[in-house]
Amino acid sequence: MTQLTIQTKKNSSAGAGIVIRIIRQWQMQLMVLPALALIFVFNYLPMYGVLTAFKDYNLIKGFNASPWVGFKHFEAFFESPDFLKVMRNTLVISGLKFFIGFPAPIVLALMLNEVRHRFFKRFVQSVSYLPYFISWVIVAGFISSMLSIDNGSVNILLQKLKLIDEPLSFLSMPQYFWTILITANIWKDIGFNSIVFLAAIAGIDQTMYEAAEVDGASKFKQMFLITLPSIMPVVIIFMILAIGNLLNAGFEDILLLAKNPILWNVSDVLDTYVFRIGIENLRYSFATAIGLFRAVISVALLVFANLIARRYGSSLW
Amino acid sequence: MRRLGAGDRTMVVTIYAMLLLLAFTTFYPFWNALVISFNEGKDTALGGVTFWPRAWTWDNYETVFKDDRLLQAFFVSVLRTIVGTFMSILATAVFAYGMTKKELIGRKYYMIMCIVTIYFGGGLIPTYLLIRGLGLMDSFWVFIIPSLISVWNMIIFRTFFNGLPEGLQESAKIDGCGDWGTFFRIVLPLSGPVIATLSLFTAVAHWNDWFVPSIYINKEYLIPIQTLLRQILNSNIATENLSQIDAAAAAALGRFRTITSRSLSMAIMMVATLPIVCVYPFVQRYFVKGVLIGSLKE
Repeated sequence: MTQLTIQTKKNSSAGAGIVIRIIRQWQMQLMVLPALALIFVFNYLPMYGVLTAFKDYNLIKGFNASPWVGFKHFEAFFESPDFLKVMRNTLVISGLKFFIGFPAPIVLALMLNEVRHRFFKRFVQSVSYLPYFISWVIVAGFISSMLSIDNGSVNILLQKLKLIDEPLSFLSMPQYFWTILITANIWKDIGFNSIVFLAAIAGIDQTMYEAAEVDGASKFKQMFLITLPSIMPVVIIFMILAIGNLLNAGFEDILLLAKNPILWNVSDVLDTYVFRIGIENLRYSFATAIGLFRAVISVALLVFANLIARRYGSSLW
Repeated sequence: MRRLGAGDRTMVVTIYAMLLLLAFTTFYPFWNALVISFNEGKDTALGGVTFWPRAWTWDNYETVFKDDRLLQAFFVSVLRTIVGTFMSILATAVFAYGMTKKELIGRKYYMIMCIVTIYFGGGLIPTYLLIRGLGLMDSFWVFIIPSLISVWNMIIFRTFFNGLPEGLQESAKIDGCGDWGTFFRIVLPLSGPVIATLSLFTAVAHWNDWFVPSIYINKEYLIPIQTLLRQILNSNIATENLSQIDAAAAAALGRFRTITSRSLSMAIMMVATLPIVCVYPFVQRYFVKGVLIGSLKE
């Protein structure tokens, strides 16, 4: 049957209308069209729904009947006292994640590369990958148990070391929040994110190391003069991707770790703020406007990152 | 190999020490939570429980497994993970196979339509309003349908299918197989490794998801374990009591006077982590491969 269709298609495709040609390959089209319909509904309709930002959305009236209000919600956001606070937190947290969280797996990969005992290397790798697969709910549970004022291990340790006299309630102290958040992120992702850099290291030509040994270069020098420069292309690609993600300060991690409202002054980033305003306070239009503002800047960052990528001879699209 | 110089030896020793420290700090929170979950809660509250349980007990776990809400939540999690992973992988693989066909009319536009979604999206609120509007609130299908097609996985599948020998599909066609027949009889059986890898990541995402149910589900019997766990952990902070636990468990609590909210939370966390820790050693080689397939596309 299909065999026949293919045969006839080859003979008559020039003259046949596009509809007929599509119908002839219905089996193929049936594979992709339902999926594309789902993509349309769940990815493209929300893009249209972004127009909510320019309306006063009312759940009862629905999207169409809600009145247009232009840039009212954007102006309200820029003028609100929360704006500067949220922007500062977003930039600080994503900046910290970029400058500390991004190099961490590279350092781990470089260190693992120096390990000569296969078993030890495998052991460290296996253990360090594991947290990546644990949900943030559980990671946040671990953290609040570790930091618990009520005999959490960190408080026990710090008291034994005589660094603190009384146990501290770390998760209710704004000054520690950023440290805890970044540490938690590194703890969760460092092992998994090192995989890609380890693979890049594995691809390095071994004769370079042999030559360096003959020339008497120390291991330390080899690490900085051979390994690191050799994986630089991979590092740069990932760095560029990270720039495009700069407004992505985090969502699940912050929602789950900043349970105490005392922390909101330092923990509210654009994404979590959208969530609180929109889903919890039901101010849909206002929240959509903030989300759109974030999306526009993200796209600009992405284009910018891609421009840099082009200069290094690799482009994202 | 040459003997190491003094400076190098210091470096290697430092590296081993730091890696050991990393392994320890990664492992310790799991271990400590496990220890607390097997220790009497009242005893834990006295302090000093770190590496080994002091007052061994099964009470925490017994309470967990007597709580109907928790059991129901486990059931929802297992169900959504199995159904969601199976359906998503199948639907995405079919889609990807169709997209490998060069003679597919409109393929270029379909592909653009997919790639755009990687970079642009409507954001949280429009998606939320859409799903409300579609009547998916408080429905099991809200776990399955919106995440059914993953563009990212489609691209990985497509790359894999393109690497399969052309001749096999040709011969199937000559033997009278349609596109669907070729897919199920020839292509799918050859795709074991990529299916395993992508299923692993999809299943982990389903098991770990707490956010989707927290905004779309109000009915208690549809709440999966991660979301319930979050509610329980939150209520500990607020009230330091066990108001979340239902009557049967409260009766058990009355019997086991040793339990505290912390010891109970740890037991629930351990049970919610267990499936992942159990399959983890067996799937390690797959996910390393998976990361590399994924990053090749970047």
